Amino acid sequence: MSRLASPGEKMFVIDQSRCIGCKSCVEACTECGTHRGHSMIHLDFVDRGVSTQTVPMVCMHCEDPTCAEVCPADAIKQNEDGIVQSALKPRCIACANCALACPFGVPKVMLELEQMMKCDMCFDRTSQDLAPMCASVCPSQALWFGTAAEFAASRAGVLVDEFVFGRQVVRTKVYTVAREPGPLTVLVGGTQRPWQDDPFGLEEGEDG
Amino acid sequence: MARPPQTEAELVARYGPHVNQAPPGGWNAGLDGIDREVPTHCCFCGQQCGIVLKVKNEEVVGFEPRYDFPFNEGKLCPKGVKRYLQGSHPDRLLTPLERAPESPGGFRPIGWDAALDRVVAEIRRIQGAHGADAFAMLSGVSLTNEKSYLIGKFARLALGTANLDYNGRLCMVSAGTANKKALGIDRASNPWSDIRVADVIFVAGANVAECAPITTSYIWQARDRGAKVVVADPRVTPLARTADVFLGLRPGTDSALMGTILHVLIARDWLDHDFIAQHTEGFEAAAEAVREYTPAWGARVTGVPAKRIELAAELWGTSRTGMLLHARGIEHHTKGVENVLACLNLGLATGKFGKPGCGVSTITGQGNGQGGREHGHKCDQLPGNRDITNPEHRKYIASVWGCPVDDIPGKGKTAQEIVNAIHDGEIKGLLSICFNPAVSLPDTSFTAAALQKLEFYAVIDFFLSESAYYADIVLPGSLHEEDEGTSTSVEGRVIKINAAVKPPGQARRDWEILLDIARRLGKERYFPYRSTREMFDELRVASKGGTADYSGITWERIEAENGVFWPCPDMGHPGTPRLYEGGRFHTESGRGKFHAVRYRLPAEVVDDDYPVWLTTGRVVSQYLSGTQTRRIGPLVEQYPEPLCEMHPRLAERLGVRSGDVVRVSSRRGSMTLPASVVETIRPDTVFIPYHWPGARAANQLTQRALDPLSKIPEYKVSAVRVDRVGPGAVPIDARDVGLTERAR
Repeated sequence: MSRLASPGEKMFVIDQSRCIGCKSCVEACTECGTHRGHSMIHLDFVDRGVSTQTVPMVCMHCEDPTCAEVCPADAIKQNEDGIVQSALKPRCIACANCALACPFGVPKVMLELEQMMKCDMCFDRTSQDLAPMCASVCPSQALWFGTAAEFAASRAGVLVDEFVFGRQVVRTKVYTVAREPGPLTVLVGGTQRPWQDDPFGLEEGEDG
Repeated sequence: MARPPQTEAELVARYGPHVNQAPPGGWNAGLDGIDREVPTHCCFCGQQCGIVLKVKNEEVVGFEPRYDFPFNEGKLCPKGVKRYLQGSHPDRLLTPLERAPESPGGFRPIGWDAALDRVVAEIRRIQGAHGADAFAMLSGVSLTNEKSYLIGKFARLALGTANLDYNGRLCMVSAGTANKKALGIDRASNPWSDIRVADVIFVAGANVAECAPITTSYIWQARDRGAKVVVADPRVTPLARTADVFLGLRPGTDSALMGTILHVLIARDWLDHDFIAQHTEGFEAAAEAVREYTPAWGARVTGVPAKRIELAAELWGTSRTGMLLHARGIEHHTKGVENVLACLNLGLATGKFGKPGCGVSTITGQGNGQGGREHGHKCDQLPGNRDITNPEHRKYIASVWGCPVDDIPGKGKTAQEIVNAIHDGEIKGLLSICFNPAVSLPDTSFTAAALQKLEFYAVIDFFLSESAYYADIVLPGSLHEEDEGTSTSVEGRVIKINAAVKPPGQARRDWEILLDIARRLGKERYFPYRSTREMFDELRVASKGGTADYSGITWERIEAENGVFWPCPDMGHPGTPRLYEGGRFHTESGRGKFHAVRYRLPAEVVDDDYPVWLTTGRVVSQYLSGTQTRRIGPLVEQYPEPLCEMHPRLAERLGVRSGDVVRVSSRRGSMTLPASVVETIRPDTVFIPYHWPGARAANQLTQRALDPLSKIPEYKVSAVRVDRVGPGAVPIDARDVGLTERAR
């Protein structure tokens, strides 16, 4: 399953189920040396009216990045480590093709900079063997950075790096986590705890 | 006459809160040429996360995760990430201020000598005319151990007043009182690493994800090993969302829930009989008290389905190890102490003390809530957690202080009682530091009326807090990063706070201000300190032999060992991460004491006029009364104003849609604010966070009812009515603008 270059290589894992919505990652991302003052992380409630579930999203760094494929200016490059970078400033025409095409909804067009920017996996930090800012600070470790062996030793769940969107199959450098092995259909939803349909027992009745 | 000299709008225009958005010089100033990196800790909550502050040109310009500090290993909540923006802030107080109604903003700058002479003259005048206790002091536990110790001594020996108390009175006193009664010591029972090895984690009245965010990672590490999580809360908090069992109880019914669980443990014989026999006392009376508390009864009182209560009892009773973590949700009650005692009963009944992964612990809320309360700015305590009414304890502290024992005043009033006495005219003068009662005490109109009655009020603070609006003299003190000392974290771990920069302008370190006042009061002989380190070394001696014994702890040991857990009675002692090992408690008998806890109603209950329960609390991006966090732009943007959370069933009955403005009224006052209609709160309850002042203060609605023992106010239960006022401003959904972003 793992396509890591070496056993010591560190990988980025998102386990959305752990997210507490605190936005530490969003705030820390603005401190990054390559895009100071701008957060490249998306963090949204799924539906605050129903649940406190939030979902953090960094760039998944696809093997064949859709954003780069649809870019009319050839402004989006992938480096030798498989990191998909922000659009090159001289080339980017801020057309937002990438933002519309990305299956994960990651790229943001910075209007006043006329440039698409996105998560670059903190290459200013990772190149110096430091963890990305977001995974460093994440209080619940929904965002996690480490080796496959460290993951296996300390974390529950199965790593997922292949996603199917209609007829498009996307393989990513960043992993997410499933509870069980095998295909997972997100439209149906994950396993729920029995109480979650009725947190306050309104249907059960107090004696139920 | 301590009245706000101007309108609130004029004060806000001059003194803020304005929001700091970017580091000094702006985002483009970059981080090249950092002069130094200072390892220290966060200034906010009791987790006391390690953090590295970056300093350039004598300003804090950023942070770096402190990976090598074992508690948080680099992790930070958003408050920690952005805390550095409290430095180099436009609202920072740089000179002493004197009330001057004719001046713009209502205050005018004056020199230190004039300011301190005025303070001392007023202390002398008021105490001369009305007695020593007519001048009170209110303090706070964002202060280091050294400053806490100094303030305890300053109030008793320099001011000579009994009336010193602190804002921990609004925080962990219920837990402290209960822990002392049942276990003999006021400290979390375990190091947080024990959470990782627990098989069940029972979180009662603690919004861990928002108020102690780093603790979330410990709970998840336990779950990675297969641990189960039980959460009791009137709201489905972000951690509760993932719980194995959720107990969505009615506000104010915690002791009924815990009593029912004890009833089930007894009925199903999920007890540790050996532990009960060998290490505890009082089981029979505790069992008798819950004899009638069947699951059906518990369900009727708490609103939690009976089967869920039984399931929670089964998880707690049949798991080999377990940790019960509680916080203000069960402690901010007129029965706060009883609620904690009911939790401790569950630990004692199942033998869950003194072993890895076993314990019942409060999650202390404030930065130095733990250390601050041990060393003397609590009205009933002397250093080392000593009792101010105990002759032996007084004698020992008098010997350390070098004063006649009778010069140490007796037990004083608690924080709310001090404000009540100000309102009654009994207390005429006040000095406060690190406490913003105008926002944080219940019933804000009462607090405002009290502060206006003061003949003289002096405030030491770094920003003009809403309480300082009422001050006659404001003395500019120091931020956390401008002084060094120690703090004691949620775990009972004593850690080192390092200074990154010096106070700006004419601002001074808090302790230097207090020493100067003491000198002017003619008491310099008791305060010969040239550094906070000298205070710590005296504190070590003063704490020796007390339950909170720091005598074996030095600054060097703290740095070398990443903190030392008290009690640590000598230099060769390794410190005490886990209390009660071998079932040895610190009570006189050495046994853990069960208490008979019978459920009783909260001070106020819903009725036809006020039919909805109100409970209050915090959000992750704000801290306490917001003096700091309401001045940090990115934190304000996360949650700019209070919202009233309500269930769709209640909203439908009221004709309210999410975003509508509602009026929430209680017997104390009313406020209008937008509604947030969510299925994550009980339909009979609304929730409002309390971080804001004035018309946005949730404490306009809360009441001054106190726990009879801990004197904590009942913030968590009020009766209110809710009415729709009208539509709110057009809501902007962040997701609609997520595709593009305007550069800041």
